[in-house]
Amino acid sequence: MNLSLSITKNIHDWLFNMMPETAASLVEMTIIALVYLAVFAVTGLFLVLLERKVAAWFQLRLGPNRVGYHGIFQTIADALKLVSKELTGTVNADKFLYNLAPYFVIITALMALAVLPFSAEFQAFDINIGIFFLIAISSIGVIGILLAGWSSNNKYALIGAMRSGVQTISYELSVGLSLLTVIMITGTLQLSEIVEVQRNGWLIVQGHIPAIFAFMIYMIAGTAETNRAPFDLVEAESELGAGFHTEYSGMKFAYFFLAEFINMFLIASIATTIFFGAWLSPFGITESLPWLGVFWFLGKTLVLVFLMMWFRWTFPRLRIDQLLTLEWKYLLPLNLMNIVLMAIIVWLNLTIQF
Amino acid sequence: METSTVNNNFKSDEYFINMGPQHPATHGVLRLLLTIDGETIKKVEPDLGYIHRSIEKMCERDSYQQIVHLTDRMDYLSSNINNEAVCLAVENALQIEVPDRVKVIRTIIGELTRIASHNLWWGVMGMDVGALTTYFYAFRDREMINDIFEETCGARLTMNYNIPGGLMFDIHPNFIKRVKEFITHFKTKLPEYDTLLTNNVIFQKRMRGVGILSKEDAISYGASGPVGRGSGYSCDVRKTNPYSALDKVTFNEALRTEGDSFARYEVRIQEMWESISIVEQLIDNIPEGDYKVETNAVIKLPKGEFYQKVETARGEFGVYIISTGTKNPYRLKFRSPGFSNLSLLNHIAVGGKIGDLVASMATLDLVIPDIDR
Repeated sequence: MNLSLSITKNIHDWLFNMMPETAASLVEMTIIALVYLAVFAVTGLFLVLLERKVAAWFQLRLGPNRVGYHGIFQTIADALKLVSKELTGTVNADKFLYNLAPYFVIITALMALAVLPFSAEFQAFDINIGIFFLIAISSIGVIGILLAGWSSNNKYALIGAMRSGVQTISYELSVGLSLLTVIMITGTLQLSEIVEVQRNGWLIVQGHIPAIFAFMIYMIAGTAETNRAPFDLVEAESELGAGFHTEYSGMKFAYFFLAEFINMFLIASIATTIFFGAWLSPFGITESLPWLGVFWFLGKTLVLVFLMMWFRWTFPRLRIDQLLTLEWKYLLPLNLMNIVLMAIIVWLNLTIQF
Repeated sequence: METSTVNNNFKSDEYFINMGPQHPATHGVLRLLLTIDGETIKKVEPDLGYIHRSIEKMCERDSYQQIVHLTDRMDYLSSNINNEAVCLAVENALQIEVPDRVKVIRTIIGELTRIASHNLWWGVMGMDVGALTTYFYAFRDREMINDIFEETCGARLTMNYNIPGGLMFDIHPNFIKRVKEFITHFKTKLPEYDTLLTNNVIFQKRMRGVGILSKEDAISYGASGPVGRGSGYSCDVRKTNPYSALDKVTFNEALRTEGDSFARYEVRIQEMWESISIVEQLIDNIPEGDYKVETNAVIKLPKGEFYQKVETARGEFGVYIISTGTKNPYRLKFRSPGFSNLSLLNHIAVGGKIGDLVASMATLDLVIPDIDR
């Protein structure tokens, strides 16, 4: 039986019986938006806690362990503190852009969440250009960072924003092309259909060698897209203080902070969807229990999130010119060759299908 | 420099930025006036004076026993070696021969101080290039040394263990056991430093060929310690002018010829191994005897000028005393290694990126209170 489907279906029927169609649609949309906002907030808070615990584990410490059992309420306490803080700003800041910037970052992160297939039924927005939508939305976020750096009227923030622009524009190419490589097998951009194709084996298995290359390139470029170490030049604590969000405080800072974690979750979820079969269980072992899909999805995503945290707490930071060299001289040519290789494999039907 | 009028020192593409006095990479209250073109450094001007306490002037007021206590507020990471320098200067002036036990204990504690200092440097160096985990690895090992110091003399950082004529107290009964424990522990942990940071490809890319200092420049800027030795300038005071028990031990002077940031990094890592070996050679052979010789309660140095140099974790530290025969020095000058090492920052950072400046500055291992006395 399918619990989640029956619940949503019941609510849907109840709403449409109770009020006219337009009103019911609006109410339904609002409910979905609220559910997603809640998921968004909880994910962000959970990931911050997870990162601190993982960091502590890597660094021979205990991590937060005072608020609640083993510190599970630590990030909630931090969020409350940030909400109650005064919003300070610089005198000569461009007030309009300065206040707008955090919303750019957070809203784009939230919009991208809508197309993710958490399970067969739990997907708010299944458009036929899903992948395209994700890539497009994720590149709007950088505008927020550029605006924040520019409008703060702070040289450190400006350097951070310049770096961010350069970095995101470069690495978006790799993210897009590595996803494109794998899309060649599926022949569709719609996320639900991409998942259906993977019933014959996850795409990383179907596409074998080029898919593994594509996955590695995707993870490197994805880490760069989220501005996390070893590509955290945008914030680069030891060089720029706090980078683009130097002048932000309170909840505006928290938006940037949350968006970073949501973006990390997004990058990992896209990898899960494209390479690891989204909510599909390995070898279909829980085929009869579709509601377990959410857990499979989150489980796979968390493994990838852990991988990105592992990067962060192990590697030193690259220099700006090395960052660009890595992308334009190594990843991009490799990626283009990889696409050709994948095209040959798809053409000759050399994919592995179960 | 930072006037609002048109400044002809800048070309049209260049802009000015203040790094410090509150900045994560300057590790203290150092202020750098940077002229930058895009991301490329055009000029670095250190601005000092934020933590000036006129220690040299205070020394003219104090007795020689009191001066010792001021020295560990300068280079607080090599506090014991600084104390030792003043004590050696006073002892040489008075022509006191301290017991062998004192010499050996001073050397052991000095080398442990060097390990602790390099440990902290390694952790902070990793943070400066963006690897945050190094800090905690370094502190795990450094804590053991600090615990040994605490048991020995009650202080963990500013030790004041040396007095003119010897040591303030004898070593704690546990001292030898705990130092041996530390050596065994550290020998297994030091290779971890290499696996975590040294062998990392990003780290090597950041370090190799960056911040190059030639041997000639090292000598003309007065570089000493690991900065000089990274450029192939053999300047270890422990080799050239051995003091305390350093003439009784054998060790290699860590030397590299590349002169880049990575060479300076490697010199410090090798120095930790050499310090372990020095401590190992001495720890089993601490001679019996007194831990101090009695001096007069009021020490009056004979008329004249006295100089004593020692090798701190940062380089050559010198104490220059001019005495007129009274109980205070007429003039006292400290030659601090950090000051001359900072002076070459502009030389090695110009032409690099902002990230390079931070990385090269980390390999100079600056302690600001040492520069700004």
